[in-house]
Amino acid sequence: MATRAIDSRDTVPAVTADDRRRWFRGQAFWLVAPALLLLVICLGLPLAIVTLRSFSEPRWGWQNYAWFFGTPVNLTVLQRTFAISAWVTLVCLVAGYPYAYVMTAVGPKLRLILILCVLVPFWVSGVVRTLAWVILLQDSGVINSVIRAVGLSPVKLIRTQTGVVIGMAQVLLPFMILPLYSVMKTIDLRLMQAARSLGASPARAFAQVYLPLSLPGVYAGAIIVFILALGFYITPALLGGPRSTMLSTLIQNQVLSLLNWGRGGAMGVVLLIATFVLLALAAPLSRQPHKTGSRR
Amino acid sequence: MASSSTRGAAIDLKSVSKHYGSFIALDKVSLRIEPGEFMTLLGPSGSGKTTTLNVIAGFTEVSSGSLDVGGKSVIGVPAHKRNIGVVFQHYALFPHMTVSRNVAYPLTLRGIANPDRESRVRKALDMVKMADFGHRFPSELSGGQQQRVALARAIVFDPPLLLMDEPLGALDKKLREWLQLEIKRIHRELGTTFVYVTHDQEEALVLSDRIAVFNQGRIEQIGTGRQLYDEPETLFVGKFVGDSTILRGAASTSGNETAIDVAGRKVAAAKRLSDGAKPVMLLRPEKLSLARRGKGGQDRNTLPGRIGEAIYLGSGSKYEVVLADSSKAIVRSTLDAETFAIGDEVDLIFAGSDVKLLADDENADFTLT
Ligand SMILES: Nc1ncnc2c1ncn2[C@@H]1O[C@H](COP(=O)(O)OP(=O)(O)OP(=O)(O)O)[C@@H](O)[C@H]1O
Ligand SMILES: [Mg+2]
Repeated sequence: MATRAIDSRDTVPAVTADDRRRWFRGQAFWLVAPALLLLVICLGLPLAIVTLRSFSEPRWGWQNYAWFFGTPVNLTVLQRTFAISAWVTLVCLVAGYPYAYVMTAVGPKLRLILILCVLVPFWVSGVVRTLAWVILLQDSGVINSVIRAVGLSPVKLIRTQTGVVIGMAQVLLPFMILPLYSVMKTIDLRLMQAARSLGASPARAFAQVYLPLSLPGVYAGAIIVFILALGFYITPALLGGPRSTMLSTLIQNQVLSLLNWGRGGAMGVVLLIATFVLLALAAPLSRQPHKTGSRR
Repeated sequence: MASSSTRGAAIDLKSVSKHYGSFIALDKVSLRIEPGEFMTLLGPSGSGKTTTLNVIAGFTEVSSGSLDVGGKSVIGVPAHKRNIGVVFQHYALFPHMTVSRNVAYPLTLRGIANPDRESRVRKALDMVKMADFGHRFPSELSGGQQQRVALARAIVFDPPLLLMDEPLGALDKKLREWLQLEIKRIHRELGTTFVYVTHDQEEALVLSDRIAVFNQGRIEQIGTGRQLYDEPETLFVGKFVGDSTILRGAASTSGNETAIDVAGRKVAAAKRLSDGAKPVMLLRPEKLSLARRGKGGQDRNTLPGRIGEAIYLGSGSKYEVVLADSSKAIVRSTLDAETFAIGDEVDLIFAGSDVKLLADDENADFTLT
């Protein structure tokens, strides 16, 4: 039966690249048009305007960029934005990697529960979740109550970088777990058995076989989390203090409080370019031609 | 690479059982494999072959029993410390490593440094005729090529024992037959003990020094292919190894003589059975001959029947003869023998001494996959 089905598929005339191109011009374009339109109107256009205003306000020229790079606070905040994002990425990776692995190893029922645990926070508004963290992290909050109860001295979490990293990592964790899981579920676990038979201890089998094969998922998750973290606004604003301000808060300050679209725009453009540079640097890492296991 | 014939390790399984909950995957399996021997585990799907192999490799812990490899107990020794080569049906090459790095991997793990490592990798790849493919990735190889690389990887570290679990199962017939001969040659050149799993009895006969026939977690019989074919100890073995005709009868014994009532005739049995026993008669196709009804075989046993199917094989013909009790006999005849057509009335002729009398066994029915 199965072979019959394959045979008949083979006899269907192949769709050539040329056919596909013609089809795209005729039909497919209209299918992607709404999304394209939305992107142009809601992203491309505002971005162009913001970029333009960073050069045109209050006069034409590089003044806003000169101001940005000439003000030490800006550079400190830019550096801190990258540092916090890196920490968030690291925390997500450390927490998400074993979680995603367990998702591949358990039965279908438990896996569904694990996936739900990842996704449920998505259904709760970011503001609500962040406020929940405020309750947990504040000086008289749940975490410090527990710490005091066991007789240790309380730690300052709210309005610190640590608090910001914890809150952001929780919000961004799904963006790490899902790409990791999608790569890990394609890794053939029998390869680990093969490695064992060749003399690899479980730790070496993991480091030399499983880990390299899971790296595409690590890169994908890390890039998504890092980039989302760079532009994070609500969580650092609510959980952070003056010494954990991130760039998005400064931008908001310039634009909404000082109505300085030129400086705000320049800061946005700097963040955008920095992100692109980073992506360009990371791209060769994630390009692995022979990455997936031959699961049959 | 070793070439002496004393390189192989002996394996001794004593009363090994493996339980999964209440399910018994292996039931007191005892098997001794001599150094350098080519032992095949043969049996239908689910009979416990892979479980046995996994127990030897260290992937599965036994529930009870003892297991010695090379004279030392390996119970509790983790897989990576057993120094046993394993070839899997699904190749299990590391997709992120080239062929050379795959084969070098066990050497790297053993801390073997480069001039030596490289030359051993080359030797192993030479042995499987894959020397020109070292720079390729597994995804750039065909199934047969991948399996040869997997074989090279499993022998490159000179293990005293090589386990193979249906290594040719995913390949087509031509390639399988050619690789069988390659595996045989490599076994001869290495002198390593090979344990090979298959459910293909022809493959088992081609490759093995001895064959252990598995059925439902137990070993039915261990012997050379010839012993299994000529002297099956159980009905299951008789049916599983080679073609056979199975006739069921009833024994009637007076004094030292036993006659068996089968398909409406009485046939003299070669040995004495208790009166009223219900033995199974097993006959190999080449021990049977045919003649037109009443035209021969007067000095031997004859059973009347009708040709149910006639198949021309090139080298001769194969007939299915339907007997009076509607049981079927398979007969092979050579080209120069008389030919019959479907529906012809014939006599099935055989010598009493060629009949294997076996105990009936309802577990002997299996589905071949
Ligand atoms: N982890 C396990 N849990 C429960 N039952 C198992 C497990 N592994 C194997 N079994 C059962 O043990 C029996 C023997 O399995 P095994 O894999 O040894 O069969 P096999 O002879 O290799 O068959 P095949 O030719 O299909 O590979 C099967 O019935 C199987 O379902
Ligand atoms: Mg198996």
